[in-house]
Amino acid sequence: MYDVVVIGAGVIGCAIARRLSAYKVRVAVLEAGADVAMGASRANSAIVHAGYDCEPGTAMARVNVAGNAMFDEWCRELSVPLKRIGSLVLAFDEADMAQVRKLYDNGMKNGVPGLEILTREQTLEKQPGLADSVVGALWAPTGAITCPYEMTIACAENAHDNGVEFYFDFSAEKITTLRDAVEVENDKNCIFRSRYVVNAAGVHADEISRLMGDDSFTIKGRKGEYVLLDRAASAFVQRVVFQAPGPLGKGVLVSPTVDGNAFVGPTAVDDSGKEDTSVSQSGIDALRAAGAKSMPGVPFGRPITSFAGIRAVPSTGDFILGRSQVNPRLIQAAGISSPGLSSAPAIAQETVEALRQAGLQLIPRGDYDPIRKKEKPFREMSMQEREAAIAKDARYGRIICRCETVTEAEIVRAIERTLGAPTLDGVKRRTRAGMGRCQGGFCAPRVMELIAKHGGVPMEKITKNGGCSRLIVGRTRQEEK
Amino acid sequence: MVRNVEVAIIGGGPAGLAAALAAHKAGAKNVLILERDSFPGGILQQCIHNGFGLHYFGQELTGPEYAQRFIDEVEKIDSIEILLDTMALEVTPDRRITAVSPEHGLVQVQAGAVVLAMGCRERTRGALNIPGTRPAGVYTAGCAQRLVNMEGMMPGRRVVILGSGDIGLIMARRMVWEGAKVEMVCELMPYSSGLNRNIVQCLEDNGIPLHFNTTVVEVHGRERVEGVTIAQVDPATRKPKMETARYVECDTLLLSVGLIPENELTQGTGAAMDRVTSGAVVDAARQTTAEGIFACGNVLHVHDLVDNVSAEAQIAGQSAAKYAQGRLDKAETVDVTPCGAVRYVVPQRLVKGEGEAALYFRVGSAVKPARLTVKCGDAVLKTLKKPVMTPGEMEKVVIDLAKVDGDVTVCAEEG
Repeated sequence: MYDVVVIGAGVIGCAIARRLSAYKVRVAVLEAGADVAMGASRANSAIVHAGYDCEPGTAMARVNVAGNAMFDEWCRELSVPLKRIGSLVLAFDEADMAQVRKLYDNGMKNGVPGLEILTREQTLEKQPGLADSVVGALWAPTGAITCPYEMTIACAENAHDNGVEFYFDFSAEKITTLRDAVEVENDKNCIFRSRYVVNAAGVHADEISRLMGDDSFTIKGRKGEYVLLDRAASAFVQRVVFQAPGPLGKGVLVSPTVDGNAFVGPTAVDDSGKEDTSVSQSGIDALRAAGAKSMPGVPFGRPITSFAGIRAVPSTGDFILGRSQVNPRLIQAAGISSPGLSSAPAIAQETVEALRQAGLQLIPRGDYDPIRKKEKPFREMSMQEREAAIAKDARYGRIICRCETVTEAEIVRAIERTLGAPTLDGVKRRTRAGMGRCQGGFCAPRVMELIAKHGGVPMEKITKNGGCSRLIVGRTRQEEK
Repeated sequence: MVRNVEVAIIGGGPAGLAAALAAHKAGAKNVLILERDSFPGGILQQCIHNGFGLHYFGQELTGPEYAQRFIDEVEKIDSIEILLDTMALEVTPDRRITAVSPEHGLVQVQAGAVVLAMGCRERTRGALNIPGTRPAGVYTAGCAQRLVNMEGMMPGRRVVILGSGDIGLIMARRMVWEGAKVEMVCELMPYSSGLNRNIVQCLEDNGIPLHFNTTVVEVHGRERVEGVTIAQVDPATRKPKMETARYVECDTLLLSVGLIPENELTQGTGAAMDRVTSGAVVDAARQTTAEGIFACGNVLHVHDLVDNVSAEAQIAGQSAAKYAQGRLDKAETVDVTPCGAVRYVVPQRLVKGEGEAALYFRVGSAVKPARLTVKCGDAVLKTLKKPVMTPGEMEKVVIDLAKVDGDVTVCAEEG
């Protein structure tokens, strides 16, 4: 019997698991995918929003501003990169300036610190290279960039180190509410019995909620496409550059990433379904136009890749948090569209509080360790540090990913530390091997060999990203003989 | 500890090996090759098909055989050392190299001359921004070649190939021989960037259709590739004509859409770069604008024949040895610029003097028939006629340096 089963190992589920791991409770995280961060948490804008765009008085506004303020501590404890580079919301005409003033007012009501309305000249001081048509902007110094999948992986690893169990490829098909417990079952008759269920199932959270009798909301997918640019061409942008918002969200932004690339995105394809992460030519064209509207110098000729994520847009227009009105054993962390990443620490805190109020006894663990240790990446080491690292573990001397300078030691460590079965994309997200400009052309076969050797997955069964995404379909004729 | 060597060579592929031998023959007392892989020979080791060495050895060899000839020679020479599993991380303008290896840890080398021979990498799907999903089963042709030829693994059974570069053509044939079905090769341009002999031997002999003016406009499949949508492109704008779009079922998309010299290390030397070749600007000795730093092979410009790589590497290795010993004369240089249909010329600079210089160049689009004129000012240095010049085949013209007293232009026109 578990005290809490968390459904969904995205950033929300993993952040909640991490908070819960500070207490003497038995927790399992059930994830339908092969790894953590398989949904919106692996493909989003990677922005820690300041909190000015949420309607005052909403749950979104509350947890966004609170979450933003918690990010420094979380990132420090979890060794996750965070850069407070500040964000700009550009205005291109007087109507936009009215929007900017509205955002300023919202932000003031929401308690966002440091907001300023800038003139064109002041805006250009913050970010050179903006379009001639920019007339002014909102400046939010608490706007930050981070790495969403790294945050998710870090929360999961830290939760796991503190005793939380993780189960992958577990898709909840049936949930039975008993008098004193809930049974979560998959299609293979595997059953988890728990006193409470936390619903952090991303785009599928409405389906999970319905399985537990609560159909008070629905969720639609809103696809956002992105184009990631070559690091060598990414010095042009130093801030998170938004445009005055439209009806479908915060609009297209241009921003650096914590890894030194720049990106343009997202588009907003409303009602796109929950699974379709394909990128369209029209989307790429729209990003090109929108990016150039903010910054004419966006080097669109230097893409590294394009990708899409699905935001979980709730019918209620706000995050759905806390105890279900229908099923008292269900705690919702549902409908987490943007700014979900920014809000994750605060949502985790509120969810733990909701569990306490629902009757879960929370006694702090004496041995809880909030620190997730992470070795410094080889590419960030000084030459002296590199020498020392190789002396300790010779595998630091073998570079597997040439573009991102990732060593065998780091890849083996990532494979061994992965909570589920290691995948090629999983190694990529943990080490950056394959994220550079050759996109794994050189290192993919080498990483696959290391997965086979250290991850216990035979070559033919290694997947790109779980499920049926097998990379190899069999042996060659020579090998078959 | 800093190792002092006369000539350091970064890369132990065909270019690096040939450069090392040439440096030795030109009198270099010691030569050090830094190779990032566990064996020398570079990409040749996975090129198990034959067709290598026709020009250089007058014999058809496989890639590993071609490489082995150089490896055997290098191994006979005590003053050439190869460090394997050794990746150079930095090269400074004063020719200090920092590398790492599991065996030797941090390796510091101070070289009298450096030869850059890092080769190239393949263009990726990301660089093309092909729309659609991002499933397993999309490989660059070279990556698939490694899986098949070196790991004995089949990346797929039903294949569409985008791009008609040589590796793609070779892989089309390899996949067929391994029992896969290759549906087609799509080529965005109206001509192939591969060698004509590969089109005949790899595609035509195996009944694989080659569609020009055609590209992949969407990748389908959530987890594994399930198909691609292809469409013809407008020959003038290269934009897809969506009314011609059609679905092709497949489980694999191989990309052979171009090679890019891998010059990340070169940045640290401050050498001037050629925007067209994506390699360094060099003179006839293959010296970059960073003194004492030379470049050859695919890191300098993408070759279609390894034989040409070996020939170029000989020049670079020889010059590097001379430079290290203070025997490479410094002299005034002139610029060599492409014009007409010529896209680029290597070398981009010439040192005035005696003797001959071979200029290597490519055209940007097919020229049929082609008339080549090399001029210095108004003086015509050389003219040449060919039935056709295509972007897929590197061309060569030799000029007399004695006649060069100013900037040189290399011009190809129809006629």
